[in-house]
Amino acid sequence: MGIIDNINKVFDHRIRLGIMSILVVNEDADFNRLKELLDVTDGNLASHLKALEKEAYILVEKQFIGRKPNTRYSTTKLGKAEFTKHINALEKLIKK
Amino acid sequence: MSEQDYLKDISEIKNLMNRSSRFISLSGLSGIFAGLYAIIGAAIAYFFLFPDPDEYLMVHSVNFKALLALLAAIAILSIVTAYIITTQRAKKNNEPIWDATTKRLLLNFLIPLVTGGIYIIIKLNSQHYGLSASLMLIFYGLALVNASKYTIGNVKYLGYGEIVAGLICAALPGYGFYFWIFGFGLLHIIYGSVMYLQEKRSV
Repeated sequence: MGIIDNINKVFDHRIRLGIMSILVVNEDADFNRLKELLDVTDGNLASHLKALEKEAYILVEKQFIGRKPNTRYSTTKLGKAEFTKHINALEKLIKK
Repeated sequence: MSEQDYLKDISEIKNLMNRSSRFISLSGLSGIFAGLYAIIGAAIAYFFLFPDPDEYLMVHSVNFKALLALLAAIAILSIVTAYIITTQRAKKNNEPIWDATTKRLLLNFLIPLVTGGIYIIIKLNSQHYGLSASLMLIFYGLALVNASKYTIGNVKYLGYGEIVAGLICAALPGYGFYFWIFGFGLLHIIYGSVMYLQEKRSV
């Protein structure tokens, strides 16, 4: 088994990697906060969030603050584990 | 993807983790100023407001109220200075000031601090002012340690220093005034100077 096996195809994108980086060090973050930090468009961010949600790497919680809808995202246990594996693989690749 | 891309990925991950979870640190200058205000305030109190050796400081006397006003002035001046310096620096570095991280930092700083403040006021109302200096130091130290989880930098060491000063102060009744100067004046200036030198070096 090569190191490349631990490189996760799902994370092979700057924005997805960014989303995971923010969520593993924060309890949760809402859509606007992610947008502000990553500096991306709504549609772009939404599609990448969908992809991560489909893999069950992140948890999506919809709620209302007053009348405004607000969506909060957090990582799942699986997401955190996969992300750590991915980072370790990246580091090994660089050190090689 | 090439090795270069992976390297870029990793540095971006680190950058995002820091930016999203850690508030930019207060600059060393604001620490130095806070310490100076505290020492000037203490000097004013020492020369003008303290009772003669054979008198007692009464809670409802004019001097006591002036002392409280002086404390409030020191606190407000320190906060305003820190705010101005931090805002200017953040503007220069193009960092947002008031985001989720700042809110969390302030909340975690204020919980121990306000608890301590209210406790001291309750104690003052029942004439127990002997331990005020020690309590201020301890609760302020706890507030700093608690807030340090959300900042870059070494603010927790300042917090440890304040807590230790507060505990020693509690064990040596009668010297509260001097411990107060040490904790709020000297420690701030030392901490601020160390931070200031570090900032200069890293720029």
